[in-house]
Amino acid sequence: MTSAVAAEARGSWFQEKILLGMRPGEYLRSLLTPFNGVAAFICMVGVPLLLYRFYAGLGATTNLSQTQPWGVWIGFDMMTGIALAAGGFTIGAAVEIFGLEEYHAIERPAILTGFLGYLMAVVGLIADLGKPWNMVQIFAQNGTRSVLFEVAWCVVCYTLVLSLEFAVPFFEWLGLRRLYQPLRKILLALTVLSVMFSSMHQSALGSLFIIAPGKLHPLWWSPWIFAFFFITAVIAGISMVIVESSISHRIFASQLRGHHVDADALTIGLGKAGAVVLFAYFFLKLQGVIDNHAWGYIGQGFLGKWWLVEMLGFVLLPSLLYAWGARHRRADVVRVAGVIAVLGIILNRVNVSMVAWDYENPDHYLPSWMELWVSLTLVTIGVLAFRWIVLRMPVLREPADLAAEH
Amino acid sequence: MKMRRRTFLKLAGAAGAAAAGTQARAAFGDAAGAGESSVLVDTTLCVGCRACEAACAEANRLPEPPAGDRVLDQVRKTSPTSLTVVNRFEAPDGGPRFAKRQCMHCVEPACASACPVRALDKLPNGPVTYHPERCMGCRYCLVACPFEIPKYEYAKAVPTVKKCTFCAARQAQGLAPACTSVCPSGALTFGKRGALLEEAKRRVYGSPGKYVHHVYGEHEAGGTNWLYISDVDFSRLDLKVTVADASYPQLVKGALGVPPFVMTLWPPLLMGIYAFSHRKREVASREGGKQGGGEASHD
Repeated sequence: MTSAVAAEARGSWFQEKILLGMRPGEYLRSLLTPFNGVAAFICMVGVPLLLYRFYAGLGATTNLSQTQPWGVWIGFDMMTGIALAAGGFTIGAAVEIFGLEEYHAIERPAILTGFLGYLMAVVGLIADLGKPWNMVQIFAQNGTRSVLFEVAWCVVCYTLVLSLEFAVPFFEWLGLRRLYQPLRKILLALTVLSVMFSSMHQSALGSLFIIAPGKLHPLWWSPWIFAFFFITAVIAGISMVIVESSISHRIFASQLRGHHVDADALTIGLGKAGAVVLFAYFFLKLQGVIDNHAWGYIGQGFLGKWWLVEMLGFVLLPSLLYAWGARHRRADVVRVAGVIAVLGIILNRVNVSMVAWDYENPDHYLPSWMELWVSLTLVTIGVLAFRWIVLRMPVLREPADLAAEH
Repeated sequence: MKMRRRTFLKLAGAAGAAAAGTQARAAFGDAAGAGESSVLVDTTLCVGCRACEAACAEANRLPEPPAGDRVLDQVRKTSPTSLTVVNRFEAPDGGPRFAKRQCMHCVEPACASACPVRALDKLPNGPVTYHPERCMGCRYCLVACPFEIPKYEYAKAVPTVKKCTFCAARQAQGLAPACTSVCPSGALTFGKRGALLEEAKRRVYGSPGKYVHHVYGEHEAGGTNWLYISDVDFSRLDLKVTVADASYPQLVKGALGVPPFVMTLWPPLLMGIYAFSHRKREVASREGGKQGGGEASHD
């Protein structure tokens, strides 16, 4: 008798929490959408590819070479994924530390994006490492002269901080008040740590390339590349939040019922910040080129022109669009600028790690289809996880107990 | 018979090195890594017999290098299965020149500094060695090395990094590296770095007009333990002449000095900003309360 009640209670709990209040059959039917079909196809090919990589080795699955040891899995999944995850600490700092309360509504989605971004980057890293199980050696050997040692520790620490930040909506979802209450109280401390680890980690990803001045094209190599990586991470954080909130607010409109947020005002405010940082970055980059005596390379050859495309089309243009959009209070223009700025950050990371890398080698690296497919799979899993969580946990909507207070 | 000849050569070499060593202390005793194991490659003496390649393969249990001289028709690079290669180049006078390539064993190796798990490690007596049991396969050593020496076993499911280890195990037993102990032409001289720098300069300046006035490896990448002298331009021998003179690990020193400051300064700075913004909000809400209208009174 008791067990039957418990089973029923469990059934309804499962139905409520996991199946979104639907019956199993209903829920499964609701999953049959074109988007899910495409996502399932990507994963059904991508996950076996990932397993095949461990069975057959890197040589059989990637186009990596002795002169191009880092490809898409590091250049895109790691370098770009981490940069795009910067919204977590950027918005976290704006709300918790600088007291910009109006951005409170986008703090949790930004942290969730950061958390998933880091998890996907770690999975990409595991795929890329030759012997990933030896990652534990990071804790045993003090390779303190290595930038990668700093990067590794920052990944570990910041992923831990992000998981604690994400634990708040997770425990709220489960209704475990005794667990989420103390975590809410230390949110300020977690935010301070997230800014600390992020600023070290984002810049250290750039520092990785300082040791290879002869291999990275002089327009991209700079002893100040760690500063450029940090600034672009802030740009990526701001721009990702703009892009992501505009998409979320369209797709997850039902989540936002009763949650009065002036999305346009937020977007315009972020655009103002984006304009300033991008503009400063543009001139700092020019300064870096002068400092590196590389001015003569501008416009010279494919990479000289490609650099101009990056700097004018994906740094200066979004900066001006942000400024214009913020000045004329045009949220739509700011959103377009946000998309261009995000693409610009991706372009920058891909350029540094792949296009401008090993630039004197005529036999240049191009990724294999399997490398690209695995990366696509990781992004897809990230998007699916984001949706699964947002539809269940109080990320976009307010947690029940706080909503009741209003 | 053979053994006796080798013993004799070794004794002769040791005597020569000892004699050179006493002089070297005066001139190059202060040079970076003066006391480290080192090899002087005199490319004018190399005849391209590739005995060093065979000895290297045997010592490292690698497949035998291809037989015959046809293999010299193209410039090869080291690979996971050949840790040293001899290449043939054409001198301006039309004659052949040969240059052996292998790990340069930098005094301050970029690869070892880049390795986060110290799988690549430098021994006090010079060799840069590798511990496969620590390596996680990040390949940052391949990124960092300015001489493009560490090679990765991409073909294997459980891969390791392959590079010349300067026969560190042989050296620990008091033996010379396999390659230098078989060189029949005197192109390879094994000794201490300080002494060999002295010997290199003695040869360069002792035969006016013969050698290029440069010892490749004296300053390259902050100094290497393999030193080259040549009578043709070093770029002709496919030795990287674009390598900077500065030590590569030193390049990242500034960037690596940042974390301690971030870790000590960021938290108080951020907490300070928080205190300000918190106080500002408190005052604003209190004043808003006094005026009795909250936000409305501001409008």
